[in-house]
Amino acid sequence: MTQPAQTIAAAQSWRHIVRLHQVDMTFGRVHALSHVNFEVGRNETVGLLGDNGAGKSTLIKIVSGVLRPTAGKIWVRDAPIDLDDYSVRMAHELRIETVHQGQSLGEKQPLWRNLFVGRQITGRFGFIDVKKEKEIAHQLLRQAIGFRGHGINADSTVRDLSGGERQGIAIARAMYFQADLIVLDEPTTALAVSEVRKVLAFVEGVKAAGHACIYIEHNLAHAHEVSDRLVILDRGKVVGEFAKGEITLTELTKRMIALHEGQPRGHD
Amino acid sequence: MKDSLVATTDSKANRLLQIEGLPILAVLLALVVAFMVAAPEVFLGYRIYMSFLATVPPLLVLAVALTLVIAAGEIDLSFPSVIALSGWVLAYCIHELGSPWLGLILALTSGALVGYVNGILIARVGIPSIIATLATQFLWGGLTTVFSQGLSYSLGDVDQLFLWRLLVGRIGPFPVQALWALAVAVALWLVLNRRRFGEHLLFIGDNAKVAEVVGVNVVREKIRMFVLMGVMAAFASVLLTLENKNFFNTQGGGYLLEVMAAVFIGGTSVFGGKASVAGSVVGSFLIGMVEAGLVATGLQGFWVRAVVGIVFLGAVVGHLVIEEPERGRALLRLIGAKVKLGRSTHT
Repeated sequence: MTQPAQTIAAAQSWRHIVRLHQVDMTFGRVHALSHVNFEVGRNETVGLLGDNGAGKSTLIKIVSGVLRPTAGKIWVRDAPIDLDDYSVRMAHELRIETVHQGQSLGEKQPLWRNLFVGRQITGRFGFIDVKKEKEIAHQLLRQAIGFRGHGINADSTVRDLSGGERQGIAIARAMYFQADLIVLDEPTTALAVSEVRKVLAFVEGVKAAGHACIYIEHNLAHAHEVSDRLVILDRGKVVGEFAKGEITLTELTKRMIALHEGQPRGHD
Repeated sequence: MKDSLVATTDSKANRLLQIEGLPILAVLLALVVAFMVAAPEVFLGYRIYMSFLATVPPLLVLAVALTLVIAAGEIDLSFPSVIALSGWVLAYCIHELGSPWLGLILALTSGALVGYVNGILIARVGIPSIIATLATQFLWGGLTTVFSQGLSYSLGDVDQLFLWRLLVGRIGPFPVQALWALAVAVALWLVLNRRRFGEHLLFIGDNAKVAEVVGVNVVREKIRMFVLMGVMAAFASVLLTLENKNFFNTQGGGYLLEVMAAVFIGGTSVFGGKASVAGSVVGSFLIGMVEAGLVATGLQGFWVRAVVGIVFLGAVVGHLVIEEPERGRALLRLIGAKVKLGRSTHT
């Protein structure tokens, strides 16, 4: 129903980059999400919390077009989306980018290819403009990511990078392509402490550069630190929502532990 | 200051090693020099090289095309049967129908069809390529035997045809098929390294999930890749059949391992995501030259496979050391440890 370009042009004054209303997702007999209302405002960083199996992954897969919800409605930039048309490609065209933990970069490929794959700069005869891609990659590495003096350049392969740097490349890629919403799926999992600090700085950079962000995180302190708003999921339902400053880290921690231990699980 | 100097020389040496196909080209040249020393009367003349340029092209076309398949982390075992099937189609059209151009078109079409079936089975149905193409190898090879009734076609006067002169004729002593093979190699180098399709294949081979996440249509690209492989195998078959002026229903049988050896000698990664078309070109000449070279130097033909094995192993280890210095160092340490062990037992 909608041409993405038109949607973007037509809706300059939107409030929410994405809004989900009464979204249900069932896999056979399992209710992964039930009646979820969820929205992300312009330039807002939303931390998504919840135990394993709470439905965080399902939720972001719906947002990024990987999964089609069983029921419910979705708006992007306040315009309703035809769910039959919604896909990863459509999400890209609507400038919604997802950085999947450990699955966003080709390990053996040089950084310049990684930055442009799927959106290559091509010349008149459809050949990739390698020189231009490398130039932009070089600038991006210097300025946006601040890789200096590591001996890392546009020709380095992803293998040469640390875990935090990889997240940085993936996030920089999303920002370079002007994503209005960047979905970060557990970007700090399996990283060393020093690397985590780098990634948190990248997440703050996303906000500073004017993008909105959904940030999935197991570490409550990190989520509490960088998020404008925290949304807590439990067994497919939104069970809590807190704007920055409404809840202290200690209270948040108590609440999460209560969720984890308090109620018996799995009766469906 | 000193550090930076060391760094620059180091990177220069590294850069030289990183030039596509250069290390293996050095091996090829060393081999040629060795043959020149061992059999100067053969290897200092031009005839032997013209002979290589006539016989290597089918192998080269196959190796270069298979390079793209392996880059995407897949394999194609069915191309020997395409060589039989397309060769039969061409020979039938020339011999029975008298229309070589129709033969060329149908031969290439049959290759595309085999590739398309492979692509559907692998990308859409989800059968691993090693299984699917093993099965289709039997299928198409078997059907070729049925179609041809097990007969060969002798195409003695095929060299009167314009098609023959165009594809496998001679310019003076120079075989034209070498130019076609070169054209294929250049075209497929460009496809792999400068086209979106090629980049997509590299990412699919690297990590198919990543490819999907960045918006690559993995199913479509894989099908296109197997069609390309099929067409190229058919083209190799046309070159082979015309050059030999003969079709027999098991032609192509010997190519499977030789082509794979050429690709891996050239430095393409068996794990996908990294591939060298230039390396495969050089690898094809290595494989194609060893036999004639050894026979000319007076070594018995029995040695051919053993020597190929040595070159193969040496090349694979060499690529490992160049491209993954850490694993290379580990290997060298292993050898070092062995050497020390040997000494200590002697003392």
